[in-house]
Amino acid sequence: MTTETLTIETSAAHDGHADPTELQIFGFWLYVLSDLVLFATLFATYAVLGRNYAGGPTPKEMFDLPYVFGETVLLLFSSATCGLAILAVQAHRKDRVWIWLAITFVLGLAFVGMELREFSQLILEGHRPERSAFLSSFFTLVGTHGAHVTAGLIWIMAMIMQVFTKGLTPAVQSRLLRFSLFWHFLDIVWVGVFTVVYLMGVM
Amino acid sequence: MLGKLSLSAIPLHDPIVMGAVSGSILLGLVILVLITYFRLWKPLWTDWLTSVDHKKIGIMYIVLALVMLLRGISDAIMMRAQQAMAAGASQGYLPADHFNQIFSAHGTIMIIFVAMPFIVGLMNIVIPLQIGSRDVAYPYLNAVSFWLTAAGAVLVMVSLGLGEFSKAGWSGYAPLTEQQYSPGTGVDYWLWAFQIAGVGSLLTSINFLVTIIKMRAPGMTLMRMPIFVWTSLCTAVLMVLSFPVLTAALGLLTMDRYLGMHFFTNTLGGNMMLYANLFWIWGHPEVYIVILPAFGIYSEVVATFSGKPLFGYTSMVWATAAIMVLSFSVWVHHFFTMGASPAVNIFFGITTMIIAVPTGVKIFNWLFTMYRGRIRFATPMYWTAAFIATFAVGGMAGILLASPASDYVLHNSLFLIAHFHNMLIPGALFSYLAGFTYWFPKAMGFRLNEKWGRRAFFGWLIGFYLSFVPLYILGIMGMPRRMVHYDNLAWHPYLIVAAVGAAVITFGVACQLIQLAVSIKERHAARDLTGDPWGGRTLEWAIASPPPIYNFAHIPEIRDIDAFMEMKENGAAYRRPEGYTDIHMPKNTGAGFINGALAFVFGFAMIWYIWWLAILCALGILVIMIVRAADDDTHYTVPAAEVARIENQRYQQLASAAASA
Amino acid sequence: MRFLGSGIAALGVTALLSGCDHLLLLNPKGPIGAEERFVLIAAVVLMLIVVIPVAIMNIWFPWRYRASRSGAAYSPKWATSLKLEVVVWLVPALIVTALSILVWDTTHRLDPYKPIDTGVKPVRIEAVSLDWKWLFIYPDFNIAAVNKLVFPAKVPLSFRLTSASVMTSFFIPQLGSQIYAMGGMQTQLNLLADEPGTYAGQNQQYSGEGYAGMNFKAIATSREAFEDWIAQARQSPETLDLARYEQLEAPSENAPVMLFSGVQPGLFDTVLVKYGMSMQTQPAVMNSRSHDMESHGMQMKPNTSEKN
Repeated sequence: MTTETLTIETSAAHDGHADPTELQIFGFWLYVLSDLVLFATLFATYAVLGRNYAGGPTPKEMFDLPYVFGETVLLLFSSATCGLAILAVQAHRKDRVWIWLAITFVLGLAFVGMELREFSQLILEGHRPERSAFLSSFFTLVGTHGAHVTAGLIWIMAMIMQVFTKGLTPAVQSRLLRFSLFWHFLDIVWVGVFTVVYLMGVM
Repeated sequence: MLGKLSLSAIPLHDPIVMGAVSGSILLGLVILVLITYFRLWKPLWTDWLTSVDHKKIGIMYIVLALVMLLRGISDAIMMRAQQAMAAGASQGYLPADHFNQIFSAHGTIMIIFVAMPFIVGLMNIVIPLQIGSRDVAYPYLNAVSFWLTAAGAVLVMVSLGLGEFSKAGWSGYAPLTEQQYSPGTGVDYWLWAFQIAGVGSLLTSINFLVTIIKMRAPGMTLMRMPIFVWTSLCTAVLMVLSFPVLTAALGLLTMDRYLGMHFFTNTLGGNMMLYANLFWIWGHPEVYIVILPAFGIYSEVVATFSGKPLFGYTSMVWATAAIMVLSFSVWVHHFFTMGASPAVNIFFGITTMIIAVPTGVKIFNWLFTMYRGRIRFATPMYWTAAFIATFAVGGMAGILLASPASDYVLHNSLFLIAHFHNMLIPGALFSYLAGFTYWFPKAMGFRLNEKWGRRAFFGWLIGFYLSFVPLYILGIMGMPRRMVHYDNLAWHPYLIVAAVGAAVITFGVACQLIQLAVSIKERHAARDLTGDPWGGRTLEWAIASPPPIYNFAHIPEIRDIDAFMEMKENGAAYRRPEGYTDIHMPKNTGAGFINGALAFVFGFAMIWYIWWLAILCALGILVIMIVRAADDDTHYTVPAAEVARIENQRYQQLASAAASA
Repeated sequence: MRFLGSGIAALGVTALLSGCDHLLLLNPKGPIGAEERFVLIAAVVLMLIVVIPVAIMNIWFPWRYRASRSGAAYSPKWATSLKLEVVVWLVPALIVTALSILVWDTTHRLDPYKPIDTGVKPVRIEAVSLDWKWLFIYPDFNIAAVNKLVFPAKVPLSFRLTSASVMTSFFIPQLGSQIYAMGGMQTQLNLLADEPGTYAGQNQQYSGEGYAGMNFKAIATSREAFEDWIAQARQSPETLDLARYEQLEAPSENAPVMLFSGVQPGLFDTVLVKYGMSMQTQPAVMNSRSHDMESHGMQMKPNTSEKN
């Protein structure tokens, strides 16, 4: 090994910290993968228990499809506005970034609000999660998704703060990129929830 | 205010438990006094508790594993003693209530708080060094993972003195673990300890997967990675894919217990078979999670001490990958007796047996590595040589359990216990102890005492055979597992032999403790000045023992699987570079430790229904996450001059080693 | 190593001296157990093809190539050999192929749900696992027993099993095959005893506090003695109506043998439905078999031997 190659190597990306964004995005993909396995487990649980009504209500009696469709539209739109925020990041338009993030936040908040309203109505009608295995798996699957969205809302708030205080530094950009990954992932999971739980439940 | 917690939670009525509790508290106090006396609080905090250095985190993992090993072995001795006594008219010395907690704790501790931290600790110390990296991908996350694991372990220990531990076995089958059948805090301790440590393991796996994929030194292609790196990579993949299933399964059980839901209950549509499936979808890969890196350690040790490259490296890699893939398709063999149709059982029986093929290949490859070698019998090689045939016998027992027809009579018997201990003691634990001895000089800078190491080895090996051969026979005699008392006197002599075996293992463990004490006392004589005490083949031996904080002053160029061997042969080893550059390293932070502490209090609060405290801790963790995530100032610079100073010391050391040799 | 070897051999000899009688699985008293013993032995023999050479090489190589022995061959670079690698993949693969054929064949033949055809009408038994005792209902004779199972030898036994509590496993080692009993679900088991005798029966799945005492005697008798026992049971002053059953359901340890001269009709199905699901939306009985396959996401034809 010559000294010449040595000097070249140290300047390369291999001292382990030269390209943090790439490392972080890759790791975040792995996290998303593991989260997907978690949701897959909950979907499988729903598939196994989803028809064990135990004399309790059935999806047909419970679900208000147009209402849930409204929720779906909100979340899909928030995914679009999140995408626009990332486009603004790439264009280095700080003002647009936080506007789009704020809109994403409002849409997400509306989604969570609608979901909470749906849950509270179901519970008021006596369709509590402890009524049957179907209701347990329904509340847990949909609720876990809702908890993820709520975590995403906290994340947006933190990112809006960072955009204000730090500006679009490489670190902030990297975090925004990972946030958008997370947000789109939740959107995809919701499409699954809407199809498997609501559409197939009412059909 | 304090939920279900009151003074009555302390098991004052049970002298055995109170003895253990006061012993533990006394030991803890002695340690605290010693730390204070030697004024070690500050170094403890700055050098260890806040460290994000992979080598130090690795050492802390292994200390945790060894401490928990002592607890797990105490449990084992108590079980063996009980079964050696409780035949016929004698009821032994333990009531069922206590015995059932002990075997549940033993399993949980040995898998989650011994095997996992031990292997993750070794991976922490070794992987970055073997791939020529300065740290893992996410050093802070690494600290968080460790402190979460430690939080889980502390929860298990606390269950000794406050409340009780689970009485439903380490696998926690529902509906026995449901509120209706286990109303106490025991199952909750088990749930939260398991869950918190599981999250730690999940984070670790992401960390190591990224580290291995993205941070290898230039020239280290996938097929030039040391075999321990390969096996750790496969383990990390298994962890990323299987631990979320555990998280979900435990989460659903938590929903049942805390919110009255019906996932696994007998009533209102719950289905306990779902729990068994989910648990083992994680549980079987978990077996390979702890055993694949063990195979990697054996491979490293057998090559080094045979003075030859590993035989059939490519075969070994493919065999490892095959086991990784297959391990996800075998879980039903844990419950062939559930009444599934022959087609289902045959499918899972055959997939299980297919795993024997790559495993067999590995065994032959280790043997052929020794063939025409020049085998040096240092302690790590003892562990390895004893493992091979012992493991083959355990594999044979495994085939009997993999065939549904024979499993119908062997299931849940002591034969099963003997089989999986045969896999996990010689298969995994022996390798960890081999790896411990092998890499100890790298991590600590001095070698372990050989004489006491060999004594420990013989204690373990003879103790293992004495303990578990009788259990194989007892399984054939029809004895079920987990019996606090039995009436069949024909079983009694074998259980006495097994208890003697446990005593011999205890002797082995005592030898290990003595070995540690003796080695620390004689550390100056046993110092490793070259950084290469065994004639090593892989990159970790190219640097000083213990390595400097940045590991490699210059990242080396890799040309071979046995990278360091190639350097030594071509005269590139130890060559002095012309100059040094600044090195960026992650800063220490207390956030990981605080995170772990909050997770512990959170778990404790959940167990005792102290809701306000649980909410407070959850918020605390959230705040730390947000603050830490916004922190851009996480690195510091080791200036080139400092690097030069450290490296000059290293070259002086090498020169003095050469002079004395 | 040699010391260990002799230790193991000594243990083995002790085992033999203490009599094969105690090695229950090697001393079966029925065709199911006998076939399962065959599988055990066949699998061991097949595996020894690999295990014996491994053990020999494991001792021979370290001995022959130890560094302290001068003059042994040393090939410090030798690390691949296509021939050897083909062998090390092929031999285990062939053995596993043979084992797989064995598994295919014996798992079909030893399916616990498969009725045993001897031309004799089987004795039907409904087993309910309670905390911590076994209740055996003989629906054809309108009697029931706790912790005692009496049946004629040479007559097939057809069990339906369920649990009124946690999961347990019903096992008579010398007759073969165990099967789980689970709440709200029904499993099946078919056994046959070749000769009269008293066999140990037990719960093989840990089930809580009283688990260790959840044993029963399985007594195979002649046809006549069986009929005598039925007659004796019918003399029992106790009957098992729903109220008595509910008393019985309360947890108790090391329960004594009990006999009941009459049984609430359909008691077994009542226990099933209690934990099963509502009649309106689902069949009352969740069969472990069909459900198990669902949870594995597999498409398979329902087993023909399955009758509810």
